[in-house]
Amino acid sequence: MTSETFIEIDHVTFGYDASRPILSDLSLKFQRGKVTAILGGSGCGKTTLMRLVAGVYPTDKGRVIFDGDVVDTRDQAQLYRLRRRLGMLFQFGALFTDLSVFENVAFPLREHTTLPEAMIRDIVLMKLNAVGLRGAASLRIGEVSGGMARRVALARAIALDPELIIYDEPFAGLDLISMGVAAKLIRTLNDVTGATSLVISHDVPQCMAISDHVVLLATQGRIVAQGTPAELMASSDPETRQFVHGEPDGPVKFHYPAPEIGVDFGVT
Amino acid sequence: MNWVARLGAIALEQFRSWGHATFFFMEMLRAVPASLRRFDLVVAQVHAIGNRSLVIILASGLAVGFVLALQMYYALVIYGAAENLGLIVNLSLVRELGPVVAALLFAGRAGTSLTAEIGLMKAGEQLAAMELMAIDPKARVLAPRLIGGIISMPILAVLFSAVGILGAWVVAVMLIGVDAGNFWSIMQTGVDVWRDVGNGVVKAAVFGVICTVVALYQGHETEATPEGVAYATTRTVVISSLWVLGMDFILTALMFSRP
Repeated sequence: MTSETFIEIDHVTFGYDASRPILSDLSLKFQRGKVTAILGGSGCGKTTLMRLVAGVYPTDKGRVIFDGDVVDTRDQAQLYRLRRRLGMLFQFGALFTDLSVFENVAFPLREHTTLPEAMIRDIVLMKLNAVGLRGAASLRIGEVSGGMARRVALARAIALDPELIIYDEPFAGLDLISMGVAAKLIRTLNDVTGATSLVISHDVPQCMAISDHVVLLATQGRIVAQGTPAELMASSDPETRQFVHGEPDGPVKFHYPAPEIGVDFGVT
Repeated sequence: MNWVARLGAIALEQFRSWGHATFFFMEMLRAVPASLRRFDLVVAQVHAIGNRSLVIILASGLAVGFVLALQMYYALVIYGAAENLGLIVNLSLVRELGPVVAALLFAGRAGTSLTAEIGLMKAGEQLAAMELMAIDPKARVLAPRLIGGIISMPILAVLFSAVGILGAWVVAVMLIGVDAGNFWSIMQTGVDVWRDVGNGVVKAAVFGVICTVVALYQGHETEATPEGVAYATTRTVVISSLWVLGMDFILTALMFSRP
């Protein structure tokens, strides 16, 4: 019997250097087949958390459990086995600039399968059709706009029908129409493929519209609140309200910690 | 005491970076068998690294052959030894100038291009994307370039020497009037295929390893910014050139110490 939890973050502490932890004793569970949004301001460790899930870095303390398997970054074979089950949409696409749109989407298929060329062509065109770019298959990466590049990257991320899709800032830098299209795509792909989706973003309205579960993160990976979008929107907690409603005043300070302003200008 | 501590820190950092580079090289070597199984990737790199360096290598080889013949003729004719011109030009090219100058040009043409390519792939998260697709970038991207460099460099050095000898023939025989039969026959008798040409090819292969590994390492370790990539390409040329010149002395001492 399969567990409802697909990814578990179990008391994880991590920092790029020992003196500055990015995540501190964080525990989270991501449910199978659901869209979970991780919301939080810049620098709160959202992207780092996703990279820990993908086994890019080893945790300093705690464990990341991927569908029952503890992620061990030292075991490359296990890591690659797990990664074949995930697709990641990078913030800036990370497309291969020397390949065409078609070849970018075909890349994981060519690397991981021995499918005949005709089948690869059909799968690639189906994936491109899903993101609305079947007609752009022959374009070079330099010829597509930022929003289109993001969609090509999404088609590449789902080329092998992954069980887990990680979206890193899928709405950043998109115009309103593209943003709506991207949000709808994430939801549709999740519903059609049955995959588990993790969306890292600071775009509250879009995430609230498409997520089953939302986690609000603060600095050092402290969980401010989590629950369904409706629960978070209705929350009376000042920190949650400030973030969800984008209020300038509240527990979260705008300024990076600094001495009194008079000290810097020599007027104390 | 402060300067002693600083010196120690510099030495430690240097050892750390050498160790890191050695690990990088070993990991790339480990990825070589996987790359050899996909030889089409290697062939594409031989084309990108080797074929696209041909123009600069052939033009430089010809120019070096021209001036080498002129300078040698001016020196030899004083002693009435102009008939040895063909031999001296040939030995200079196949033993030293071919491998060394071709390697320096290779570092400038292909090395910088490799560093910039890998550096920009890193900056654009393309290598990270491959890792997350469960594709080893060392086997898919780096090792084919290493093998491509090792295959290309000796061929380029041989072509450099061959074109240089032709250039010397044009100047010596067609312009100065050195006897053509003598020019070629003294080469045949004085040049040993294994000792001279063979060692030259071995040198070129070693330089191919040096230039390609330095270029790939610098690209892989570059800071993912425009300045970082610019510094890395510069470092590729400087470090490769110094290693080639230093290694050339050692190899020459080992290969040609016996008369």
